[in-house]
Amino acid sequence: MNKEIIKIQDLKREFTMGNETVHALKGISFTIKEGEFVTIMGSSGSGKSTMLNILGCLDQPTSGTYEIDNVSVKDLSRNELATIRNEKIGFIFQSYNLLARTSAIENVELPLLYNSKVSTEERRKRAIKALKMVGLGDRLDHTPAQLSGGQQQRVAIARSLVNNPVMILADEATGNLDTKTSYEIMSLFQDLNKQGITITFVTHEPDIATFSSRTVVLKDGNIIQDTINNNIQSAAVELAKLPNENH
Amino acid sequence: MRLLNLFKIAFKAIILNKTRTLLTMLGIIIGVASVIAMLAIGEGSKESIRSTISSMGSNMITIRPGADSRGPARGSGGDVQTLVFKDYEEIKNNTKLINYITPVVNGGGQVINGSNNWPSTIYGVNPDYLKIKVVDLQSGSMFTDNDVKTASKVALIGQTVVDNVFPDGREPVGQMIRFNNIPFKVIGVLEEKGENTFGQDQDDVVIAPYTTVQKRILAIDYLNQIMASAISEDDAPDAVVEVTDILRSQHKLSLAEEDDFSVRSMEELISTFSSTSEMLTILLVAVASISLLIGGIGIMNIMYVSVKERTKEIGLRMAVGGKGADILMQFLIEAILISLTGGLLGVILGLGATVFIEKFLNWPTSVAIYSIIVSFAVCAITGIFFGWYPARKASALDPITALRYE
Repeated sequence: MNKEIIKIQDLKREFTMGNETVHALKGISFTIKEGEFVTIMGSSGSGKSTMLNILGCLDQPTSGTYEIDNVSVKDLSRNELATIRNEKIGFIFQSYNLLARTSAIENVELPLLYNSKVSTEERRKRAIKALKMVGLGDRLDHTPAQLSGGQQQRVAIARSLVNNPVMILADEATGNLDTKTSYEIMSLFQDLNKQGITITFVTHEPDIATFSSRTVVLKDGNIIQDTINNNIQSAAVELAKLPNENH
Repeated sequence: MRLLNLFKIAFKAIILNKTRTLLTMLGIIIGVASVIAMLAIGEGSKESIRSTISSMGSNMITIRPGADSRGPARGSGGDVQTLVFKDYEEIKNNTKLINYITPVVNGGGQVINGSNNWPSTIYGVNPDYLKIKVVDLQSGSMFTDNDVKTASKVALIGQTVVDNVFPDGREPVGQMIRFNNIPFKVIGVLEEKGENTFGQDQDDVVIAPYTTVQKRILAIDYLNQIMASAISEDDAPDAVVEVTDILRSQHKLSLAEEDDFSVRSMEELISTFSSTSEMLTILLVAVASISLLIGGIGIMNIMYVSVKERTKEIGLRMAVGGKGADILMQFLIEAILISLTGGLLGVILGLGATVFIEKFLNWPTSVAIYSIIVSFAVCAITGIFFGWYPARKASALDPITALRYE
């Protein structure tokens, strides 16, 4: 039985806008176990982004509990949340969010700069290792401007891996990429998942979900579907099937 | 370790925006450079005044008659005859803080040598005079106490007098001159001193025993002034008090009465002049400080723009674990680095400007170490003060909003 990394119990999130209270999440419960590859899907307004913010410890629930790696997030201070993000979560964004004019290796080192337990040598070593894992071992000193979109996203993935998080949280990570590059990135995610890394992937593209092991669908702040995918497609195989001129 | 990392991050950000950083620094650079140059000019002129006055004898004390408020009308100091030879003797016999003292009588007249003549001033003094005024002789020798006792008709003359009455370049020592038709034998020539701070030619003088001048030229029995020199510069203020006490008891002045003489030390003169130039320095520094302030506002402006521009970066840094305090420190360090680097460049530019002023404008300058330390401290404070607000703003950002910021 795998360890439960994420435990969510009756989680609600409300926003007050003027006199109106918006119920973004209306009492959600689910768990994510170590080694899972979960896609969270939903159209806009479904509460997907709110879910992502809470999962990423950028926001806190109004009620209910959220535990990550056995730490209850509900009553943590701003600084304690930052530490959780630093040590337990790896973020990947749709627009990569790399620091401009900064080399790949320095971009990857960034999360470790905020962790005083990691020495300079250790930081460099781990950044190189992460970049090798995403296949950019030969592009350490390239700046984002010298890299393609797919490569930039790989740097971002390396950055999310560098702090050895309990979970990688990807927000529309393939949204800015063409189909071929998307499949390359998904293939990389699948490889990482096979190495035991837990991935939560927020997307609205249904084909992405076919590469994951489980799909959670949100609608109007409720989970309307939570299914284990018994027929996981291989992104590498799909990539090979693509017609050649598409690149 | 954490601070060192933040330092690296801030340094990186500055390096990435070289041109902008340099332009931002410009205000600070100019501000600091002008503060240092202005202080160097002020300090330099103060020192040059001090040294000119010191060359006139820094321990010198002059006692003049006057400041007499008795009677219906105040006469000018020169007309008053309250200072007499007895006063000189009293001071000489009772002082502990004075090592040289001379009575002084002086009057104008015509110096004549053959067909050459020149209007000058004759000073009747005793041999202590040279020690008090710190003058050496170019040639010849000073008259003696015996010359004073016998009222010998001997004189020493300054270079201006030599130039005018001995235009043919003859050695004056041993020659005869006449002052107001009284013949004097020239026994020495005074060393050249040039103009003093007030533009007076110090070489346009004839020096003779006071007895001779008193009796044969001026026909007076009072003194125009008494000159003395304190044992050391530090003793001068006390010596002024001592002389005042001696003269008050000698003149039998009651407590209610004002002094009928005045005692001045060079020290007072120096401080009067210094305070004038200090005032000027303060004004110069005030102007320079304003440019430093404007430089500081420039930093705040650029930091503010920088925070706005890097909102997304701040969001990312927060998402990957940067705490509010980390972000605050990052921007604060950035501001301080800019202002300190600007300060350093400013110091270098200021020192360069000082050398330039000294070399090409021939103004006396003197760089005070404190001015460098102070400008540096001011730069650091400027950085903290003007960097604080933008940094605070950055650290208070909500990571979610910052990440979505376009």
